[in-house]
Amino acid sequence: MQSGQALPAFLLADSEGAQFSFPNGRPALVCFVKNDCPTCQVVMPVLEALHQALGDEVDFLVAGQTLDGNAALIENFQPGFSVLDDSSLKVSFAYDIDTVPTLFLADGEGRLESALIGFVREEWQALSERLTGANGVDLDWSALPEWRPGCGSLSVDPVIADRLRAEAENSPLRARKIEIASADDEFEFMFDQGFSDGLPLVPPTPERVMRMLSGTARDPQEIIGVMPPNMGDVTIEKLAINAVMAGCRPEYMPVIITATEAILTEAYNIHGVMATTMGASPVLVVNGPIRDRIGMNMKLGALGQGNRANATIGRAVRLAVRNLGGARPGGTERSTLGNPMKFTMCFAEHEERNPWEPLHVERGFAADDSVVTVFTMTSGPTLIVDQDSRQAAQLAGSFGLSLESAFHPKAHFATEVLLVVCPEHVDTLIRDGYSKADIRARIQEVTARPLSELVENEISAVGFKQAAFDAMDEKARDRKLPKFKSPDDIHLVVAGSDAGKFSGAFHGWATGEIGSISVSKKIEEA
Amino acid sequence: MATIMDPTDERVPVTRQLSPRTGEIRGRLALLDISKPRGNVLLDRLEALLSERLPGIEIQRYAKPTFTKPAPDALRAEIFEKNDFLIEALAD
Repeated sequence: MQSGQALPAFLLADSEGAQFSFPNGRPALVCFVKNDCPTCQVVMPVLEALHQALGDEVDFLVAGQTLDGNAALIENFQPGFSVLDDSSLKVSFAYDIDTVPTLFLADGEGRLESALIGFVREEWQALSERLTGANGVDLDWSALPEWRPGCGSLSVDPVIADRLRAEAENSPLRARKIEIASADDEFEFMFDQGFSDGLPLVPPTPERVMRMLSGTARDPQEIIGVMPPNMGDVTIEKLAINAVMAGCRPEYMPVIITATEAILTEAYNIHGVMATTMGASPVLVVNGPIRDRIGMNMKLGALGQGNRANATIGRAVRLAVRNLGGARPGGTERSTLGNPMKFTMCFAEHEERNPWEPLHVERGFAADDSVVTVFTMTSGPTLIVDQDSRQAAQLAGSFGLSLESAFHPKAHFATEVLLVVCPEHVDTLIRDGYSKADIRARIQEVTARPLSELVENEISAVGFKQAAFDAMDEKARDRKLPKFKSPDDIHLVVAGSDAGKFSGAFHGWATGEIGSISVSKKIEEA
Repeated sequence: MATIMDPTDERVPVTRQLSPRTGEIRGRLALLDISKPRGNVLLDRLEALLSERLPGIEIQRYAKPTFTKPAPDALRAEIFEKNDFLIEALAD
């Protein structure tokens, strides 16, 4: 604090309930103490001697940080001044002190003249001489220690500081606070309010939300978009609340924010993804240095359970969709069967095991950018079991044959796919020099079927309509259609452990303008 | 009492807050008959049992004019003003 600066005004009571206000038109000494601090025990007699010398000329506003401690200070030192109750620590917090004792000398208007931290005998003596002039104080300075460091103020205790920040007048929190009656179980209460995806939630207390917000420098009230179908404002604060409930750590916030921004784009179309009876849900793929920084899993079991970052980032985004957009099963979320990926689906790409360009580089980002890509899946990861192929063309052929099942074997040009290639399969492919383009081309090659095989028939009515087929000339009927409209509809990433010849595929949803288009977004960590 | 931050878009009021449980029941209790047939029989029995088990309470009986409509404002205001607890009884 600068000399001349206005110190925070306050009103505190002593143990008898008498109120003391600052500033009060007279010079004042404001001192913060706590009983269990040895240095505070040193300064109490000094304060008392000063008080006796100065009498009513100077207001003594000595604020103690605990109720029990204040009682002990009064009993042990019998001071002539009151020990004020700052057990809520609000004034200590407002004064931004790190240390007790901290002494502020202020003028009658409450402007700072000087401040002393801890106990440096010379400083306290100089201040005393300045205030009392020739009279001095009745004190043997030489009996006091030359120097004692102060102790940590309770207001900076990490557990308490988050609460104080949340409660302070300039608190960044603006969301509605919900008081849960003491007779209610907070976990049951959250279920009853419909906040949950069906699993227990971490109660988003103001302290936890404050901690979560420490994971991002973004303004908590920044609106990053509106969430359909309710078109609720998505603020950083609301995301942080949902992230707390999901079980996230603060350092996951940049990924959660970016993933949410990605699903809120027109191209991604989260409304359609949630509303469809097909049971679609976002898959989040994370690339770049942030994967390691926040401890994401990209290796053994990357698509499964067991890693906090993977599990809770995906869940936080889904909870935000549910709570801010109001998309709930039976409401605007209409999926016939649903799927467990609707709880959470987020993983990192094992770039170090990827001999090709990783997903984000392929999509135009720098290798050292951290990027999240959102893809809409309706089923999967569907396992592609091929422990036999030793040639790249065979293995990529297996990929193609397995991908025929996306939507329906007769449904061509219908969807896209996120293919997760496991490391052992990578080795087989790379041994023959296969590029990503080669894999895609091989999938298209082995899935190509003459149109005549894809027409509705007695086995299944899925496919091209007979009437449309009949209207075609022979050349058109013999045209071969691959599974995917474009090789670009085959998204390739690498993940998984080094053992096992099992790749996986997430089948997509409706693609293009009427459906959902995958979106990649750079994660800004500042 | 725990405080949590609302994770929603805040368009719906928060519901279901239990009153604090004090461990004992005393004060004024309203028994409201919604005027369905035999609701009074149920409430008579309830009143007898409650009077026996909870001597610290004072029981007042009320009835809605008809079960088909919400209680009139005046009746609700009276019940709220003059009572600490309410038991509303359905019956058929």
